[in-house]
Amino acid sequence: MFAKAFSLTSVFLVFHALGFTQAEGMVNIKGSRYIPLYGRDSTVVEVKDFQIDKYPVTNIQFSEFLRQYPKWQKANVLKLYADDSYLRQFKNGTELINPQSGNSPVTHVSWFAAKAYCECQGKRLPTVDEWEYVAMADEVSPDARRKPSYNQEILAWYETPRTDEKSIGKSPKNYWGVYDLHGLVWEWTLDFNSVMISGESRKDVDKDSDLFCGSAAIGATDLMNYAAFMRYAFRGSVKARYSIKNLGFRCAKDIDVNP
Amino acid sequence: MKNIPVILFILFLAAGCKNDQATDHGTTVAYHCPMQCEGEKTYAEKGSCPICKMDLVEVENTTETASEGKFTDMSIYNLPSTWTTQDGEDIQLKDLQGDVLVMVMIYTSCKAACPRLVADMRNIEERLPENSKGKVRMIFVSIDPETDTPERLKAFAIENKMDDGPWLFLRSTEENTREFAAILAVSYKEISPIDFSHSNIISVFNHKGELAFQQEGLGVNSDNTIKHINEALKAM
Repeated sequence: MFAKAFSLTSVFLVFHALGFTQAEGMVNIKGSRYIPLYGRDSTVVEVKDFQIDKYPVTNIQFSEFLRQYPKWQKANVLKLYADDSYLRQFKNGTELINPQSGNSPVTHVSWFAAKAYCECQGKRLPTVDEWEYVAMADEVSPDARRKPSYNQEILAWYETPRTDEKSIGKSPKNYWGVYDLHGLVWEWTLDFNSVMISGESRKDVDKDSDLFCGSAAIGATDLMNYAAFMRYAFRGSVKARYSIKNLGFRCAKDIDVNP
Repeated sequence: MKNIPVILFILFLAAGCKNDQATDHGTTVAYHCPMQCEGEKTYAEKGSCPICKMDLVEVENTTETASEGKFTDMSIYNLPSTWTTQDGEDIQLKDLQGDVLVMVMIYTSCKAACPRLVADMRNIEERLPENSKGKVRMIFVSIDPETDTPERLKAFAIENKMDDGPWLFLRSTEENTREFAAILAVSYKEISPIDFSHSNIISVFNHKGELAFQQEGLGVNSDNTIKHINEALKAM
């Protein structure tokens, strides 16, 4: 009886694991501990195993979402959730102004819309720590942050205009099998509003400035990584209803250990 | 047997999307007489009017959908999240409609900025005009819902003599908290299990639930905040 129960459980577990491994368009990321650009000195961040979309969400995929959930179309969306730039590349309904742009990453999406999209796929947005963890890989190593070539390529992209109009998947995948983390658009993260770089760092050199408490505990641990510094600064400067031309997203998902 | 995990998985996927909730509820169908022989009277079932015998027609907007539609686009009353008060009562933000709301995000175990934010809130409350009594709610929203249980919020409220009158303490899930912080443009980050870094922003919402003013910083002069609260009161 126990044996039978055990075998059923293991079938269940194996099947469940397979089910997750095969989640379409996602790859498994093996979690680890690492020191992100920002964190308390000596604070190592732990990222658990998770899954992330191979590609950024495209215009065509977002158009399908708009068809299913009309309340996110730009004519219907609450202003609380999206500013006036929302879905500028779309006509009023689900149709793209430029039909050629279907495979370009969707941009002009607010954090609320990106979050809703992922939730409707049974997923969620990746956290800042997760996103940065996957994005510090180059083609061959999981942490390429010390390589001059890694930083140069990203900075070269930051200088290139209109990369948001390119199609996804045209450049090599990284160590994890993930495409386009760098090179096309910047991406929303679930806790983008956890970044404490705005305000005091611009207005005031005193880290105990009145806008933030505990800000002295937060400082750059790796100023070499200038590209990441720009990303953190950018996240600190946006609001959740902003819809920006070079800001898209992809989704992530927990790996469920208790089926 | 193998199918069960698949079904569970599909169910999980189907349950994952929270976005259609808002459209689902509030659509109870009611019928009324097109001639309105009995005024606003409605009937639960189709049939004919007992007075003029005309066929009853569907009422286009039931009260519930109407109330949902009346929030303006920028109103926080649109948020579907549920919050628990220090008395363990579950509410939605729309339950607070009609009052001017003064809100700040804190956590009760905070030793640095939060006591000053609490003092700032008390200072604002003391400066409110007499005639604003019962029209302004002073609200603390926890950014640490794990630690800040309703019991803990209650103890904090009592300790600070804020357990009645305009004072209200709210907590929700981590996800709802993150979303509400996004609405308020409040940044916060857990820097250890008992310590958060967070922005110090006091927000004023008018009676429609629209953001009217934000006071940034600690111990700042609250003249401007009071001015905006008074304007919001006048607009009621």
